[in-house]
Amino acid sequence: MSAHESNYTPTSRLGKWFDERLPVARLMHGQFVDFPTPRNLNYAWTFGGILTFCLVAQIVTGIVLAMHYQPSAEGAFASVDHIRRDVNFGWLIQPMHAVGASMFFIAVYIHIFRGLYYGSYKAPREVLWILGVFILLAMMATAFMGYALPWGQMSFWGVTVITNLFSALDSVWAGLGTGITEWLWGGYAVTGVTLNRFFSLHYLLPFVIFGLVVLHIWALHVAGQNNPTGLDIKSKSDSVPMYPYAVAKDAVGLFAFLIVFAWFVLIMPDYLGHADNFTPANPLVTPPHIVPEWYFLPFYAILRAVPSKLGGVIAMFAAVLVLVFVPWLDTSRVRSAKYRPYYKIAFWFFVFTCIALGWLGSKPAEQPYVFWSQFFTVAYFAFFLVALPVLGLIETPRQLPRSITESVLGRSGGGGSPLPAGAAAAPEKR
Amino acid sequence: MASTAEEEPNRRDFLVIAGGAFAAVGGAITMWPFIAQMNPDSSAQALASVELDLAPVKEGQAITAMWRGKPIFIRNRTKEEIEAAKAVDLAALPDGSARNMALPEADPATDENRTKAGHENFLIMIGICTHLGCIPKGQAIGDSKGEFGGWFCPCHGSHYDTAGRIRKGPAPRNLEVPPYAFVGDSKIKIG
Repeated sequence: MSAHESNYTPTSRLGKWFDERLPVARLMHGQFVDFPTPRNLNYAWTFGGILTFCLVAQIVTGIVLAMHYQPSAEGAFASVDHIRRDVNFGWLIQPMHAVGASMFFIAVYIHIFRGLYYGSYKAPREVLWILGVFILLAMMATAFMGYALPWGQMSFWGVTVITNLFSALDSVWAGLGTGITEWLWGGYAVTGVTLNRFFSLHYLLPFVIFGLVVLHIWALHVAGQNNPTGLDIKSKSDSVPMYPYAVAKDAVGLFAFLIVFAWFVLIMPDYLGHADNFTPANPLVTPPHIVPEWYFLPFYAILRAVPSKLGGVIAMFAAVLVLVFVPWLDTSRVRSAKYRPYYKIAFWFFVFTCIALGWLGSKPAEQPYVFWSQFFTVAYFAFFLVALPVLGLIETPRQLPRSITESVLGRSGGGGSPLPAGAAAAPEKR
Repeated sequence: MASTAEEEPNRRDFLVIAGGAFAAVGGAITMWPFIAQMNPDSSAQALASVELDLAPVKEGQAITAMWRGKPIFIRNRTKEEIEAAKAVDLAALPDGSARNMALPEADPATDENRTKAGHENFLIMIGICTHLGCIPKGQAIGDSKGEFGGWFCPCHGSHYDTAGRIRKGPAPRNLEVPPYAFVGDSKIKIG
């Protein structure tokens, strides 16, 4: 799996017998027990574990809900009601799944911003990063189809609006967009037929995500984990074994996260949703103000900021796909923003841009919101297409520590002698 | 074995290419039913036409019918609404096409091309905003009819005039006119 060799030695007779036939215990031990993790990881690094938990939780609660849910236009809304009122612990499991989606996206956004801040997408972690973008896309598709299933007003009109995005392709090639939307709908409008196939795909996609996550972890364990300094592990003192050190820290992060999760599930399970979705879908009445789930709001704001149908659709998809090119757009040879004074400012402005777009996406398409959506849409793309390439060329990075150990214990720490001035200025080698 | 690379392609190379080509064609043919099964099925296509009696629709009144799962807006327009629709300068319209499924796409978006001769008072359109598919307001009494007295889509603020033509907002096209015919004095058949 990686350059790291497993230290596994089976002790029991059964263990030895099995190891010679299927060394799965050796594999797990090498990747998740004695795997070297940088000793300076902070709590931003616990979100990978949290995300894995979220995926498993969504799959488990999802399989349970599918036992009681009916994917038909006539039965869907009532069956969700039935789950919440009648099914044993349905009142708990249904909000766990619905809130779980929001929690999944909170965690993934923190995870992505962590990667952007500490340069976790830079060589040799480009494939790891791109797999992550694919996971994000699959998550979005899955969450969108899941939101359709209760067949409330927001479900129905969300499906209508999002599938209609493809009809913008009619202006590229007449009939292409309409053909794709009717193929997605299975008819000439959004109906129960559409709901039925969304149920099937909503069941399938999490397992695709699971496969991508396996590849994601594999790529991570080949390249090794990044860390707040962005330096590679050079000596034994730079790392600790994953178990118990990183595992225990991940557990602390996960429990803190679960407190927030449980708060929403138990105290305000419907806070993150939209009240209109408690009205059954009505194909003849559009709610006055359609908003997507909060985790799509920044992209929705970008869609509406562009005053053309096709242009808006292109801008929205580009907003996600631009992430694929980040490893090549960033020209700096220093990984971590800790040592990049200008990039750090650009990064925090980008975080603000995303939050501002999210807020604007929840507002009606009127002035002054439209102007500010356009302003922040430009700022969003400027971060990737201007700030990332240019800052790497004009910025003078701060002095890097010589090693991960030095960054933790200081110059004289770890029994080493003080370093000559300027010795640590050499940036990462590619 | 080094000499094999320089040899002329032989029968065996041909078999490898032919075998690969057959496998590719077979794979594509096998995939097609799995893609095509998602297209509108026979029962969806069976909803091809509906008949409606428009006699009860009074002047100034609007009704909504369903055709192929889509809402059909039917408005018996007032004289003022028809005059307003005819007075519009065609060059100023964002979408110059009639968008009438019964007419060629190149036909201009005149009020005559959006209705049937002899029944100009009846405007019959698919009531789906051409932006992202919401149902525009303007059918019910008390609805906002937008800045041009026709329809107003609340989702992203598109305004349509009294002939259902897009005048303002992100929608790219006029509301579509479905294929329909008067089969009696007041009866229509859509589709």
